[in-house]
Amino acid sequence: MTTSADIQWTTVGDSSEDLGSLATSVGPILQREPSTHWVGVRRGGVCVAEALREQLKAGGELGHIDISLYRDDAATHLPQPSTGPSHIPFEVEGKSILLVDDVLHTGRTIRAALSCLLDYGRPKRVWLAVLYDRGGRELPIAADAVGRVLEMDPDHHLEVTTGDDGLHVRRRGPRFNGPV
Amino acid sequence: MSTSPSKDTSSNPQAAVNIPRHLLGMEHLSKEQILHHLDTARTFVEVSRRPVRKVPALKGKTVINLFCEPSTRTRTSFELAGKRLSADVVNISQAASSLTKGESLLDTCKTLEALHPDVVVLRHPASGAADFVASQVRFSVVNAGDGMHEHPTQALLDAFTIRERLGTLKGLKVAICGDILHSRVARSNAWLLRTMGSEVCFAGPRPLLPPHPIWPDVPMYDRLEPALEGADVVMVLRIQRERLKSASLSSLEEYARLFGLGPRQLLFAKPGALIMHPGPINRGVEIDPRVADGPQSVILDQVEAGLATRMATLYLLAGNHES
Repeated sequence: MTTSADIQWTTVGDSSEDLGSLATSVGPILQREPSTHWVGVRRGGVCVAEALREQLKAGGELGHIDISLYRDDAATHLPQPSTGPSHIPFEVEGKSILLVDDVLHTGRTIRAALSCLLDYGRPKRVWLAVLYDRGGRELPIAADAVGRVLEMDPDHHLEVTTGDDGLHVRRRGPRFNGPV
Repeated sequence: MSTSPSKDTSSNPQAAVNIPRHLLGMEHLSKEQILHHLDTARTFVEVSRRPVRKVPALKGKTVINLFCEPSTRTRTSFELAGKRLSADVVNISQAASSLTKGESLLDTCKTLEALHPDVVVLRHPASGAADFVASQVRFSVVNAGDGMHEHPTQALLDAFTIRERLGTLKGLKVAICGDILHSRVARSNAWLLRTMGSEVCFAGPRPLLPPHPIWPDVPMYDRLEPALEGADVVMVLRIQRERLKSASLSSLEEYARLFGLGPRQLLFAKPGALIMHPGPINRGVEIDPRVADGPQSVILDQVEAGLATRMATLYLLAGNHES
């Protein structure tokens, strides 16, 4: 049995550089649709959205959604230890929306996030921006803007956290000790 | 109802809280389990305020409401809670069931078990009915009120309402007033509030107080005033007409005069104390309309909290149980 102390984390690289390249690819979207509103996927996506908005000096409002209730395995899994409320401070109907998440992997989180978002109204258009695309898709979902594409072992774990000095990203091997 | 962050320490999101398979009463729930339940309920307040008030969390799950006692608000609350989580909800009420044809509760539950429900919400006049059923079946049981024993979801929704308004339950003085003896609401609330560090006291006509103290730390008064003194929260219980005789009271008017919560009695409580009532209220009997409809009343908040906490209950139980 592996304990949390045994888990070896490896730093992935400079997240501020990756954020910069994500900002570069989000730029044209905001130019085309200046009135775009933002929605971060809790909790990693919210940190990325906030950092990105600051970097781009972007307008538009920021909401956040929690996908726990929309997971396709919600009813067969143990309830998530932290179910949080969603909060969208603007009308979704007819808006252009930039959906932001930290990591794009199987695509299931984004599928759930879209289902949740559509329960608030019918947006005119939804764009997807992710800081990292680590491959391994299980659904036909692609991002419109990506910070960096990573080659990763399917059972490795990638984590983006936020600190006083910005975003941090690290990876580690398979998990043996249950849900994090 | 505000949704500002609570001052109470939330359950640690990283630590998996052990969720029991049934919700039978507040007596055996830990502080962490209660906080986890209340935190989960916050999620569901928001769901009921959206344009589409429904989430797919319990799609494919079945919830049966088995109500062997008249109830409108609790049953409606559970029914709506299940439907907003996308569960299939079936209501069975006493009048329409084979219980009136002489079938035993156990036989009814064994029959329901054959239909593979995930959760059965049970309201029954016999104390201990929910515990008994839970020991005999494979589905999860939610006690929606069993005789004079417990009504755990009422205690959870009351705690949720208080916590949203006052930020914490710890250190609060809560006065529970009325027919304590027959009240499962009083009992469940006292269990929960004591676990969470509140100070609880009871007030009511002496014959409607338990003959012996249930908890040494819960004082009992046969007048309202000493119980209300310095209270942060006042819970008023419904008085049933048929109980008056055993309380040596001649009429509802007499009860209202001695134990009705009016603006004058309210002056004994802390300024701004929350006024609660599990409903349905007898206006002008246990509570004066000026208090029930006044600025300190959170009676309608309780109804909204009831839906959110029951959604949390069904979500935690149905999601926890491999059927």
